[in-house]
Amino acid sequence: MAADLQGDGLTRAEGSGRPPHPVDRGAVPRGGDGPVHVHRAYPHDSAHLHVQGAASYLDDLLEPEGTLHLAVGMSPAARGRIAAMDLAPVRAAPGVVRVVTAGDIPGRNDISPALGDETLLADTHVAFHGQAMFLVAATTRDAARRAARLGRIEIEAQEPSVTVEDAERRDERVLPDYAFGRGDVATALKAAPRMLEGRLRIGGQEHFYLEGQAALAIPGEDGAILVHSSTQHPTEVQHVVARILNVPDALVTCEVRRMGGAFGGKESQATQWAALAALAARVTGRPCKLRLDRDDDFALTGKRHDFRVDYRLGFDADGRVSAYDVDFLACCGHSADLSQGVVDRTMFHADNAYFLPAARVASRRLKTNTVSNTAFRGFGGPQGMLAIEKAMDDVARLTGRDPLDVRLANLYAPGRDETPFGMKVEETDTLRAIMEGLERSSGYRERRAQVDAFNAGGGWLRRGLALTPVKFGISFTLTHLNQAGALVHVYTDGSVQLNHGGTEMGQGLYRKVAQVVAEEFGIGLERVRITATTTDKVPNTSPTAASAGSDLNGMAAKVAASTIRARMAGIAAALWGVDEEAVRFRDGMVAAGAESMTFADLARACHQQRVHLSATGFYRTPNITWDRASATGRPFFYFAYGAACAEVLVDTLTGENRVTRVDILHDVGASLNPAIDIGQIEGGFVQGMGWLTTEELVYAPDGRLLTHAPATYKIPVSSDVPADFRVELFPNSARQDTIYRSKAVGEPPVMLANSVFCAIADALASLDPGRPVPLDAPATPEAILNAALALGGGR
Amino acid sequence: MTTVTLTVNGQSVTQAIDPRTLLVQLLRENLRLTGTHVGCDTSQCGACVVHVNGVSVKSCTMLAAQCEGASVTTIEGIAQGGQLHPMQEAFREHHGLQCGYCTPGMIMSAIDIVNRKGTALDEETVRHELEGNICRCTGYHNIVKAVIAGAEAMAGGMRQAAE
Ligand code: FES
Ligand code: FES
Repeated sequence: MAADLQGDGLTRAEGSGRPPHPVDRGAVPRGGDGPVHVHRAYPHDSAHLHVQGAASYLDDLLEPEGTLHLAVGMSPAARGRIAAMDLAPVRAAPGVVRVVTAGDIPGRNDISPALGDETLLADTHVAFHGQAMFLVAATTRDAARRAARLGRIEIEAQEPSVTVEDAERRDERVLPDYAFGRGDVATALKAAPRMLEGRLRIGGQEHFYLEGQAALAIPGEDGAILVHSSTQHPTEVQHVVARILNVPDALVTCEVRRMGGAFGGKESQATQWAALAALAARVTGRPCKLRLDRDDDFALTGKRHDFRVDYRLGFDADGRVSAYDVDFLACCGHSADLSQGVVDRTMFHADNAYFLPAARVASRRLKTNTVSNTAFRGFGGPQGMLAIEKAMDDVARLTGRDPLDVRLANLYAPGRDETPFGMKVEETDTLRAIMEGLERSSGYRERRAQVDAFNAGGGWLRRGLALTPVKFGISFTLTHLNQAGALVHVYTDGSVQLNHGGTEMGQGLYRKVAQVVAEEFGIGLERVRITATTTDKVPNTSPTAASAGSDLNGMAAKVAASTIRARMAGIAAALWGVDEEAVRFRDGMVAAGAESMTFADLARACHQQRVHLSATGFYRTPNITWDRASATGRPFFYFAYGAACAEVLVDTLTGENRVTRVDILHDVGASLNPAIDIGQIEGGFVQGMGWLTTEELVYAPDGRLLTHAPATYKIPVSSDVPADFRVELFPNSARQDTIYRSKAVGEPPVMLANSVFCAIADALASLDPGRPVPLDAPATPEAILNAALALGGGR
Repeated sequence: MTTVTLTVNGQSVTQAIDPRTLLVQLLRENLRLTGTHVGCDTSQCGACVVHVNGVSVKSCTMLAAQCEGASVTTIEGIAQGGQLHPMQEAFREHHGLQCGYCTPGMIMSAIDIVNRKGTALDEETVRHELEGNICRCTGYHNIVKAVIAGAEAMAGGMRQAAE
């Protein structure tokens, strides 16, 4: 049966409120009085619009009369002083209305999130190839883009720093070094029965949100400005636009209904395009729109950080680790951006799921003349975890044990449950149950025997198998960001408007929060209208990031809705002469004993009685106390767990490879929406797999990004994904008081893909058992072939 | 300027355009059919797929002028009489989308696959045929499921039409 075109296909009749969809895999069983809307597999809030092409993204908004289109003039060199910039040919080009430079900025030329180290438009120096130097406003996008190429720019160019080694040589950093740890690692390493040293290079990753960066700024009266931005962080856009234009925050409104993907790439780095549009709008007095061309988006926006990791590990004959000493050398690009938090999170995940009796976790944030690396789903965590997974594999090779046994021997356990930063791991039972559950359900041991037997045959083709854990800390490590606000209105017909500070980028946040509100009021989801995120409804918001969107905004919305519900219950109780606690909200009805009326009738009655039917809600995560300076306290509210088992087939003559089967068991607590959560797991895994296999960023020695389009930068397509792909939710319920005992799901699944990298290494290990596999990430065919050659294979 | 006349979603349209105008620009900017998305601008992501004379085309890589006299169908033109096309319904039902940006192109490609390969599709065929459509969000698993289910539903529709 086809859905009706106007609606979302959900139940229409007021009062029924029953979803048409069966409970999906992993849902929580419910009793007669249990929740109705949460723990249910509803479709995405805009699914009915998306399938009709009727969901508007930024570029689909109707442009106001007279809108100008913008294009960015980009630096031709990666490092140096700007000697001359002749823009006369740009101004003379057809269709050009105005050329904007740093000199046109009324406020501060600063778009950095914190440190003041990043310009909107370069003024004296350039620090990476492609950096924005000027802006063209023209009557069409085509005219603006053609004109932007005509600038005559002279740079007194210097040799750029592109690699870790370049930056080390110059000793240039964007932020000071930072380290924490426990115990005397040097002594512990000396005392260890065995020691290994290793080095791993980890590549970056382009977000490739399918909707590129875009913004539309519309000037209003008396200095006000409305900015539509495809951003995860409307409040930061508001702040930076105000700073650039030199106006109070209150004059700037930033709005976003949805993004076509973001993945962290629109957390801090959507701001520049919004600020440029706002600046051009201020200078020209006209609406201005900027949509980056895809190749420019690659060149102009930051990526996942690339790293070199140097590590030393002490262990015994069983492969049990006694000491880990690790240096994370991160290429941050030309400015700090979010690198403090990103690399801190790398350090917080240096242990992944393993107990390290003695540990020294150190980091350097190196300055390179590349685009400023930024948030990317996992926010540094994946790199920290990949390094220790590689180290676990090394230990397995050197001790001759199965890598899974080495992992199990080192897993956090009761009594061995404190992280190197001093936080206790409270769910060691969950972690072990997931690992052992997946070991059984994936048939790991039998398949291990098959893989070993196959490889013993000695052909070019080798099979590899790996089962790896994920433990991921949930909360912003910058403690003050762990807050959220919401705004809920009930109208007199019983319909509800919902607004909160979280943004929708496809992850299903809007749907989940609406489920929470429908649950609170006991009404059908179709009665809850979700409205665009905007700084004039809920102010001072945090970015939608750190996987914390539903934890924070779900709670804030619940608080707002329950405030209104309590007022409504009071009126019903007075009307019926019953206790407020006796009043129930369910199935579109409000009832107490034999009395009942519709939710809409009660809303009308409340209005008659002059009761306020609008409320804000506010939430801040409890129990987080991290103090960075002393490296003490608790950075995370809780951990999310998971594990993946991947099997691969590798051609050791060519490096070609295929992932043949993947099994995942993942913990989302008591899922708010199992369909959305499973989608996050599958999508996150494939994105992580791309990072570790095919997605390779290549910079030329002069600092140019050579892989600046999907033609040269290989994103997984449908045929790269294993046909045999089994995802299960681990039946669980969060131990902390999270929203309906669910857990965050946005980022952790990315790191399930470490299993693919380890499985490829496992296949190669069969070429020369007993030696660590010298494989770097991404494991492209080239990297695999190099590793195979080093192990005496590949010919 | 040049003039182009074509049929879009069953309606005849005539537009005066710059000869360099791409089909996707004509659809999005002149006709305000914004369901056809631009992901990569360069024929690689498939977000802009439409049907030209019944065959799937990446509309960012075709000139509007090449469509003189042609019949173009976009995502906005496949629902009939207030009912979603079975392939649209399948993507909604099987959670074949997250951010939704790839969805219109995916659905137009999926219908094209059914037109060429029939309604009994196996996973491998679908995975291979969808290689020209990038999705950065879903990991494709639910998309593949949706295409197979949508194809089956189309078979049901065709049977009904034949009866
Ligand atoms: S926009 Fe046409 S294929 Fe990407
Ligand atoms: S759903 Fe976002 S790109 Fe496919």
